Amino acid sequence: MADSCDTRVKLLQGNESCAEAALLAGVRFFAGYPITPSSEIAEILSERLPQLGGKFIQMEDEIASMAAVVGASLAGMKAMTATSGPGFSLKQENLGFASFTEVPCVIVNVQRTGPSTGLPTSPGQGDLMQARWGTHGDHPVVALYPSSVSEAFDLTVKAVNIAERLRVPVILLMDEVVAHMRERVVVPCQDEIEIAWRPRPTVPPSDYLPYAAGPDGVPAMADFGTGYRWHVTGLYHDVTGFPTSAPAKVDALVRRLCGKITNHKRDITFTWDEHMDDARVAVVACGIVARSARRAVRLAREKGIAAGLFQPKTIWPFPDEQVAEIAARVDRIIVPEMNMGQLVGEVERAARGKCEVIGHSRVDGEPITPEEILARLEEV
Amino acid sequence: MAGSIDEYLRTQFMPHIWCPGCGHGIILNALLRAIARLDLPKDQVCVVSGIGCASRAPGYLDFNTLHTTHGRALAFATGIKLAQPDLHVIVVTGDGDGAAIGGNHLIHAARRNMGLTTIMFNNSIYGMTNGQYSPLTPSGRLATTAPYGNVERNFDMCELVKASGANYVARATVAHARQLSTYIERAITTPGFAFVEAVGNCPTYFGRRNKLGGPVEMVETLKKNSITIAAADKLDPAEVKGKIIIGEFYRGDAPGYIELYDGVIERAKEAAGK
Repeated sequence: MADSCDTRVKLLQGNESCAEAALLAGVRFFAGYPITPSSEIAEILSERLPQLGGKFIQMEDEIASMAAVVGASLAGMKAMTATSGPGFSLKQENLGFASFTEVPCVIVNVQRTGPSTGLPTSPGQGDLMQARWGTHGDHPVVALYPSSVSEAFDLTVKAVNIAERLRVPVILLMDEVVAHMRERVVVPCQDEIEIAWRPRPTVPPSDYLPYAAGPDGVPAMADFGTGYRWHVTGLYHDVTGFPTSAPAKVDALVRRLCGKITNHKRDITFTWDEHMDDARVAVVACGIVARSARRAVRLAREKGIAAGLFQPKTIWPFPDEQVAEIAARVDRIIVPEMNMGQLVGEVERAARGKCEVIGHSRVDGEPITPEEILARLEEV
Repeated sequence: MAGSIDEYLRTQFMPHIWCPGCGHGIILNALLRAIARLDLPKDQVCVVSGIGCASRAPGYLDFNTLHTTHGRALAFATGIKLAQPDLHVIVVTGDGDGAAIGGNHLIHAARRNMGLTTIMFNNSIYGMTNGQYSPLTPSGRLATTAPYGNVERNFDMCELVKASGANYVARATVAHARQLSTYIERAITTPGFAFVEAVGNCPTYFGRRNKLGGPVEMVETLKKNSITIAAADKLDPAEVKGKIIIGEFYRGDAPGYIELYDGVIERAKEAAGK
């Protein structure tokens, strides 16, 4: 990608943007299984990864591809996979394993209308909650949500970096519309991109405690095959990595895992807002709906309505503080989304009754238009 | 040949969780003796498992060890092998883990001829969950979920893996510990996918329910019921029924995935350079 610095402005498709960003961020392993609307990511990486000495493999299913990603990451490669709704359901088993064993990885989920096979391939935003709670048990997870091809690039780089820095699976939630549209992207040079790696042990193997963490909650990680012969298990484990069922150790582990995200919430929360300074009514929207909302807010402003937009680019952990602050100073929040009301529940929770919160669901496989949102803004 | 296998064990975690008389210790011993004979550096060995009694083995081994989700060990191992082709990646699985929930991963790892050694600890039962029937429980046997006898037919894993494309396929029992260890050694040194089925005994859940006697009697029965491939070939299929056929079913030298993917990298770099 270094040579692309001559032609930095590119017209890229969302999936293409994501694939190129992953390579720039240092991803060298991809395992996946074909599924629309994410397949371009696999296709592009099957071509590009071996050019860089990386590895691509098409596994027998989504479960296996998630497993292979975790294996490759344990052996020292930055690894990712990409899928869509039905495949995302299958990823959950080993996504939970990655979360619990703290193996860095990125999972792209290009959402389509569900449930089940649903509408292949129309846009939908029904996987917000699956991204947070799709795998069983309390577990840490981070999810980023781009609204444009350019954001898909930036957030993919951030996803890889957060996964490495915090040793956590990071989900990139994309809308089918973003994945398949083509837009202008200013592609940075390699040296303009901040690259993060998992923290490495600074002690010799004999002193290595694979799950002992400092105050920030992130333990140092040794690659398999580098002399640190450690044990990784999906059972509850203590700082040595070996199984335990001692209540105090079990409690300490799950609290550290969840705390690791809370500790870094400020660093991993990305948001965008527009016309919020004097807004009386706020639209909270993510993904492609935020694009329609942006237009709706501008149209509303032309009509003299004090509307503003707040777009969470980090969807998990949810930006509660920002939403609470907005709720305290607006009369109402409108939450348009392409599902039966997943985001609105989070907004209501964060708003704590400080303002009116109104949901707007569209679930017919068509994107929400600016006019639809404008109509809600005009309702007083 | 190294005299002791102690250096490969995390003895601080002994005693292990396996029941008295369980055959898994013999299989593990055969594996460690093979590693000792090959003198593999501990840092270069990675043992991956799924879920079940057999899959608890890696916790006791002083290598790079990974205890994964049920049935998925081969898929995790595939990622490790691709990322670090120089590691000796050994997958330890049971008959439930490897033949049922992980069956699809097994045939595809064999089809790809992925550079992995798989040892299936076949004790004919789901031991960890108290004795349900597995795809390797012989027809007619009793299990907690087959109280009237198992009506399903059991897989012949060696034939399955051979047909799927592995480079090495062998079977022995815990009554043939030396032979088993030799097969494992050959499996580790074979490039591409290698599979060894180790038929063992579960006195607690399989033996007791089926009135097969104690551990010693069970092992003796395994010995008595075993027949070599050459001997089996001379008999009528009806006479072979119910016997455990032991030996090396296949030794091949088809190029493995790792080798072939090196070619992909070469071609990709060439294409990118143009």
